[in-house]
Amino acid sequence: MTTNATGLREPHRASSPKRSPATWLRRGGLSTLVFALPLILVFGMFSWWPIVRATVMSFQQTNLVTAPTFVGWDNFVNVLHDPLLPTAVGNTVWFAVLALVFGYPLPLVMAVLMSELRRAKGFFSALVYLPVVVPPVVAVLLWKFFYDGSATGVFNTILGFVGIPPQPWLQNAGTAMPSLVLEATWAAAGGTVIIYLAALLSVPPELYDAAEVDGARVWRKIWHVTLPQLRGVLFVTLILQVIGTAQVFLEPYLFTGGGPNNSTTTILLMIYDYAFANSTGGDYGSATALSIMLAIVLAALSILYFRLTKKWSV
Amino acid sequence: MKSRSRIAFAAIATTAAIGLLAGCSTGSDASSDGKTKIVVAVDAGLEKPAKVAFQNQVKAFEKANPKITVTSREYTWTGTTFAAELAGGTLPDVFTIPFTDGKSLIQQQQIADISDLVAKLPYADKFNPNVVKNGEDADGNIEAVPIAAYGQALHYNRDLFTQAGLDPDSPPTTWAEVRADAKQIADKTGKAGYATMTQGNTGGWILTSLAYAMGGRAETGTGAKTKATVDTPEYEKALELMQDMRWKDDSMGGNFLYDWNAINQAFASGQVGMYVSGGGNYGSLVSQNQIDPKSYGETVVPLTGDDAGALGGGTLAAVSAKSTAEQQAAAVKWIDFYYMQKLFTKADAQRDAKTLAASDQPVGAPQVPVFDKATYDKTLEWTKEWINVPLDQMKPYTEQQFDQTIVPEPAKNTQELYGMLDPVVQAVLTDEHADPAKLLADAQTKIQAKLDSSK
Repeated sequence: MTTNATGLREPHRASSPKRSPATWLRRGGLSTLVFALPLILVFGMFSWWPIVRATVMSFQQTNLVTAPTFVGWDNFVNVLHDPLLPTAVGNTVWFAVLALVFGYPLPLVMAVLMSELRRAKGFFSALVYLPVVVPPVVAVLLWKFFYDGSATGVFNTILGFVGIPPQPWLQNAGTAMPSLVLEATWAAAGGTVIIYLAALLSVPPELYDAAEVDGARVWRKIWHVTLPQLRGVLFVTLILQVIGTAQVFLEPYLFTGGGPNNSTTTILLMIYDYAFANSTGGDYGSATALSIMLAIVLAALSILYFRLTKKWSV
Repeated sequence: MKSRSRIAFAAIATTAAIGLLAGCSTGSDASSDGKTKIVVAVDAGLEKPAKVAFQNQVKAFEKANPKITVTSREYTWTGTTFAAELAGGTLPDVFTIPFTDGKSLIQQQQIADISDLVAKLPYADKFNPNVVKNGEDADGNIEAVPIAAYGQALHYNRDLFTQAGLDPDSPPTTWAEVRADAKQIADKTGKAGYATMTQGNTGGWILTSLAYAMGGRAETGTGAKTKATVDTPEYEKALELMQDMRWKDDSMGGNFLYDWNAINQAFASGQVGMYVSGGGNYGSLVSQNQIDPKSYGETVVPLTGDDAGALGGGTLAAVSAKSTAEQQAAAVKWIDFYYMQKLFTKADAQRDAKTLAASDQPVGAPQVPVFDKATYDKTLEWTKEWINVPLDQMKPYTEQQFDQTIVPEPAKNTQELYGMLDPVVQAVLTDEHADPAKLLADAQTKIQAKLDSSK
């Protein structure tokens, strides 16, 4: 017997009898395995095996038609020497920063405001969540129409009403990325708002009552009650957003194809271009090498996330 | 009882898993009746009469070749889907590819070497040399068969010309006139006077078309000695022309991220006055973009300079590298029967034209002859009853196209070369202070590095 941190005793693991194959079989181990088999096979075939294949391919030169040849670390070296890599990394970080600055606080503000509503809360929840229901490709095509750079474009017409000249939106290296972030924020905010609204329900009302008794107004209640109570959820959404934005692909692919002048080329778009931009057989080795490198960075981020949330969630 | 029911559930689960795996496997291609089975490409999205006509063709072929069974599969070449199908080994036995891909696929042995079979065809030595070289290997053997060819042309909207006070029957004949007309269209109608593609390797493609029309070339030398030549006065002149139209004249509209589909769509919907694309593009504008035929006009790309020429392009029929020797032989027979006979046989030419016309598909859009001009003219004569394209509006093109030299596309790393020029065109059109000379110098370095690293 050992004593844990709470002082309660728990059985010593070493004291449990060693399980023989016969015991395992008698206790239903076989049926457990058989039940798990479909899942193992499906995961193995569609998730783990492709990961293994991708890892192997990252050390090969192959056009997937003729026999592959092993090239050692060449693909990794090629990717690291690609002059476009710093641009793609920079663009991905820029997207993440913009999404963080504008896209991260917005759902929180909306959730807090909506939680204060006395009426029509359901209506506003539905309204906010609606963009999440729109298929992403449809949303992007719709916004592409809004972003028409001519004076007759939807947004430019609206800007014209208040005397602002037409903006280039997607047609300029400086404004293209913020335009992408604007659409991405619109598309994703609804889901996060719902999470925050649910989390806000778990904040004990007596904390607000106590704050009110102490003379706190709305802002102080939010700062001293709401935000500390939501910190666990906030941290999770933050790290998920960072990981999500590191893998941004849909918006640059559909809106700009990485242009103008590579100003929206992200890491994932670069991987895609390595593999598929050249119709006569892509550079699958470099594509998988960059994928592996990205996966390693994201894995490191995830580990950091687990460590930090462990401390913060207490 | 409990353990029995567990065993029963386990058995069901195992059966389900095996069933799932069995569902993932594909059927065998082996033929039990001694027949060779081939899968051939058919254009995606055909109207019903065209589909029926295609199936009739298949039946006629099978009747003439009783030992071959043909199955069709919808297929349209697009860069990304083709790359995925090539990699996944899911291409049909017979499929089509653009000229740009021929050399690379042959060089990398990604398509079957059918040169011995093609050499036995009676017309193997009668191809237009400028056209057939796109499907030849380094030794001049034909590994992919040219089935259609075109030269770049200037497409224009006759309605916008009229609205701008220009004569639609007198399209521009010099680049200075293109610029002036574009400005007049933009000023008078508010639409883009001239637009250009910039995405998915098309930016480089059209820039190269303009540079060739001004006497430039993208590459010199062959094989390992290939040199990139994009950092040249011709490429710079082409970029400066676009830069002037964009920033000095403001005649290029507000969209600078067009790809092939998007610019066709914009042109067909009357948003674009002029643009450069393949001479046979009218077919796509009708079948995919429902252009109003009355608004369509076509003329030749203006040529200027000693070595100027219209950049050529076209389609090759190829055979999958995964096909067996029997399938390759059957595939070449199909290519001969389906793609080639209509180019020089009266009955086949007429049947093809009739089928296309019945499903409202364009017949008679201008092309570059796959064989010689006399043969091409003969097929036009045979099929004139079904010609439904506005030939009068294409006269500025058809009356001059044969006076222009058709220059083949750069031979080595074609798509990559075009792709590396995309950002150059985008930069010129989206950054007022872009320096064409510097952009081209940078692109030249990158392209040369790519050429040097390729076999």
